[in-house]
Amino acid sequence: MIDRRRLILSGLAGTSLALTPRFAFAAADTDRRFIFVIQRGAADGLGVLAPVGDPAFASARGDLAANAADGAKLDSLFTLHPQMTASATLFRQKQAAFYHAIASGYRERSHFDGQNLLETAGTRPYGRDDGWMNRLLSLLPKGESKALALATAIPPALRGPVSVSSYAPSRLPDANAALMERVAMLYAEDAQLAPLWTSATQTEAMAGGIDPSAGRGGVAAGKLVASLMAGADGARIAMVETGGWDTHINQEGRLGTALKGVDELVDTLRTELGPVWAKTLVLVATEFGRTVHVNGTRGTDHGTASAAMLFGGGLAKGGKIIADWPGLSPSQLYEGRDLKPTMRFENMVIAALSAHYGIDPERLRRSVFPDFPDMS
Amino acid sequence: MAVDVAIALNRFGLGAIPGIPVAANPKHWLLDQLEKFEAAPARISALPPSRELVLAVRELGMERRERKSKAATQDAQAETAEKQLNGYRKAVRDQYVKAVDARMGVALASTNSFAERLVHFWANHFALSIDKIAIVGLAGSFEFEAIRPHILGNFADLLRASTWHPAMLLYLDQAQSIGPNSPLAKRVGARSNREIGLNENLAREILELHTLGDRSAYSQADVTEFARPMTGLTVGGLGRARIQRLVGSDAKPGEAIFVDALHEPGTRRICGRAYAQGGAKALSAIISDLARHPATARHIAFKLARHFIADDPPVSLVAKLEANFLKTGGDLPSLYRTLVEAPESWVPQQAKFKSPWEWTISALRALSITAIPGKAQAAVALFNQMGQPVWKPGSPKGYGDTAADWAGPAGLMRRVETAGRFAKLAANRVDARNLGTAILPGSLTAATAEHIARAESPEQGLALLLVSPEFLRR
Repeated sequence: MIDRRRLILSGLAGTSLALTPRFAFAAADTDRRFIFVIQRGAADGLGVLAPVGDPAFASARGDLAANAADGAKLDSLFTLHPQMTASATLFRQKQAAFYHAIASGYRERSHFDGQNLLETAGTRPYGRDDGWMNRLLSLLPKGESKALALATAIPPALRGPVSVSSYAPSRLPDANAALMERVAMLYAEDAQLAPLWTSATQTEAMAGGIDPSAGRGGVAAGKLVASLMAGADGARIAMVETGGWDTHINQEGRLGTALKGVDELVDTLRTELGPVWAKTLVLVATEFGRTVHVNGTRGTDHGTASAAMLFGGGLAKGGKIIADWPGLSPSQLYEGRDLKPTMRFENMVIAALSAHYGIDPERLRRSVFPDFPDMS
Repeated sequence: MAVDVAIALNRFGLGAIPGIPVAANPKHWLLDQLEKFEAAPARISALPPSRELVLAVRELGMERRERKSKAATQDAQAETAEKQLNGYRKAVRDQYVKAVDARMGVALASTNSFAERLVHFWANHFALSIDKIAIVGLAGSFEFEAIRPHILGNFADLLRASTWHPAMLLYLDQAQSIGPNSPLAKRVGARSNREIGLNENLAREILELHTLGDRSAYSQADVTEFARPMTGLTVGGLGRARIQRLVGSDAKPGEAIFVDALHEPGTRRICGRAYAQGGAKALSAIISDLARHPATARHIAFKLARHFIADDPPVSLVAKLEANFLKTGGDLPSLYRTLVEAPESWVPQQAKFKSPWEWTISALRALSITAIPGKAQAAVALFNQMGQPVWKPGSPKGYGDTAADWAGPAGLMRRVETAGRFAKLAANRVDARNLGTAILPGSLTAATAEHIARAESPEQGLALLLVSPEFLRR
C-alpha cells in the first residue's frame, strides 16, 4: 500500500493542480505495471522522430530540421531527437519501440477534443464518460487493495466505474507552478488582472502549454511514480500528464526541454523500478501532431498524425520502428499540410496491451476499445 | 512626495535602475534629461548608416534576382537565385538584430530615459514595419537617423526627417512614385508604360497618421493632390535600371533625393491651400503647413497624452497640449514641458498598462541586467515571444497604445513566465523586498509587499515584484 503520509489529501486549489504534473494510479491484482504518459498540447512527431531520410523533410522543416542530424540515427529513415539520449540507448537494448504517422480517429485540431478522444476512445469527443484505462482495469484481476482516495480530478482516460484515485504530490521541484499559484493570490484583489489570470491559466492548462518547466521535473516525477508502483502493494496502473508540447513559437528549445523531461522520466522509471522494470510497459502518446511546415514564428501549428513511443524491460517489439511511412512531399500530406495518419493509435495500444498482459487482442478490443472497429 | 518619484521614473521614464538617484524635484529631473539627451550614443553611432545599408541592398540586387528566379526555367538557375536571396535575407536580418540590440542596450543603460521614451513614442508614430523585406535592415537606421536627432526640435523638422528618409520612402512606396506628366513620363510615353505612375501610399499616411489624423481635415482628393507634388522624392541609386539611366539619379546613391525629372508639374490645392509649382521647395512648404495645421496639433496632443497619462486622457490636458502646439508652431520641448508641468500628469492612480516593450525594459532595468544572455538573436526573440516584435507592428499605424491592446490572458502569462526567467538571472544578488521600495517608491502597496516578503524563495519574490499590479502599470 502506498504510504498515505507522503500524499497531500486536500487543500490543493484547482488552479495549482491544473499547473502541476498530475498522476493517477490504480491498483489491480497483477504484477504487471502500465504507465501512460500523455503529452497534452500536441507533441510534434516530426521533431521527436525525425524522418531525415525523407527527401522532402529538410526543405519542409527549414531551421527545425537542422538539429535532427545531432540525434541518434535509428535506421535509414529516422533519427531520434538529440535530447532523448536515454531513449536511444533503450532502443538499442530493444526496450523501446517507436510508432510514426499514428493518430486516433480524431481529424479536427482542437486540443481539448483531441485529448478527450485519445483518452476515451469513443466515436466523438465527449461521447463517452469512461476512459480506456478504466475499462482496462475492469479486465484485470481484482486486487485486495482499494484504489487510493485522494483529492483531485481524475483524467478522462482513467474515469469510469472502476474506482480510481488520483492526487498531486505536495511539492514538485517546479518553481514555475509555485509561482503561478502565488500570482493568482497576488492578483486576487485586482479587478482587471484577476479575471485575466483566471482565463490565462484555464486556457493554457487546457492546451497543456502552460508548463515549460515540466521537462525539468522528469527525474523527480519518475522517482515519485516508481516509489508508488515498485512495491508489491504498489499501484499497477498510472497516468502521468505532461505539458509544454504546444510549440507554436520557437519550437526548438521548447520541444527539447519537454522531450528531455520525458526521456528522464522514462530512464528514472527504469532505474527506480529495478526488477519490476521487466514487467513494466510505458506508453507515451499525444492527441495529434503538428504541421509539416514551420510557421512564421519558428514553431508549428496543430496537425494530424504524430509519433508514439513504448518502453519496457520486456517489450515485445523492442528495437523496432513501426511505420507505414506516407512521405512528406506536398501531394502526400493530409489536407496539404499535415503528416498523413497511416496507423490507428487504438490498434497499437490493443497490440501492446495484449502482449503485455497476455490477453487475447479481440477480447481486449471488445472490452477496452468497444467503439473501435472489429479487427477480424 | 515619494509617489512623484515613482511617477517620474515609471510613467515618464523607462523605469528605475537601482542606485541611480532621482533629483529632489522630479519635474526638474525630467526636464534636465532633455538637456542631457544623447542623440547618437556610442552603441548606435557604431552601426552603419542607412546610406550604406541601402547600397548593400542594391549590391545584393534583390529585386533583379527575384525577378530572375521567377523567370528562371532551369532548376540550377533558380537555385542560384534562391541562394542569393537567402544571402540577402541573412544579411539584412543581421543588421536588424544588431539594431534591436543597440536600441535595447541604450534603453537599458540610459539615465535620460524620459527622452528615450520619447524616441520610442515618435518611432511608433512614424512607424515602419519589417514585414516588408526591403526595410528589415533599414528599420533601425530610420529610428537612429530620422527620429533620435529630431525629438527636441520642431515637429515640422521631425516630419521632414521622416519623410526624407530612405527607409520611409521604400516602406511606403514613395521611391516608385512618378508623375504621369513628369519630364520622364513624357520622354518614355507614360500612358503605355506600367512602370510609371503615381503611388499615393506615403502621401496618404502622412495625412492620416503622421499629421492631420484619421477622418480629419482632408479628403481623398487631398490625398491624390498631395501625392502629385511628392513625386520626385525617391532614393538615389535604387530605382529600376531603366529609370535610373533616364534620369541619371545616381548622384547620391542610397540617400533620399529629389529628382525633378520625376516630378509632376502644376499648381496644387491641398486642404484648402494653394501652392505654386516649385518642385522640392513647394513640397517643403506643403510639409511645413501640414505640420502646423490645427488638426495636427489636436492629433499629436491626444496621442502624447494617451501615451504618457491615460488611454482616455483628461480633456483639459489634451487642450493644454494642443494650445501649446499651436502657440509655438510645434516646438516639441515646449510641448514636453507642458506635459510635465500639468497637474493631470501626476495623479497617483496608475492609468497606463505597460506595453510588452515597456514592461520588459523596465523589468531588466530594475534587475540591472544590461543584455539578454544567450544567442545573438536573444533580444529579438524575447520581444517576439512577448508579442511586440521591435519595428514590426504590422502596419504604418504602429502599435496600439491602450490597455485593450496589451492586457490579455496570453500576454499576461508570457510576462509571468518571463519574470520567472529574469528572476533566475538576478536572484542571488538582489533582495526583492528592498528592490520593491527602491523602484516603486510610495506606490508599492502593503499587500504586494507582503506577498513578496512571503515568497518561498528570493527568486520567486523577484518574479512576483516584476508581475505585481504596480509594476505592470505606470
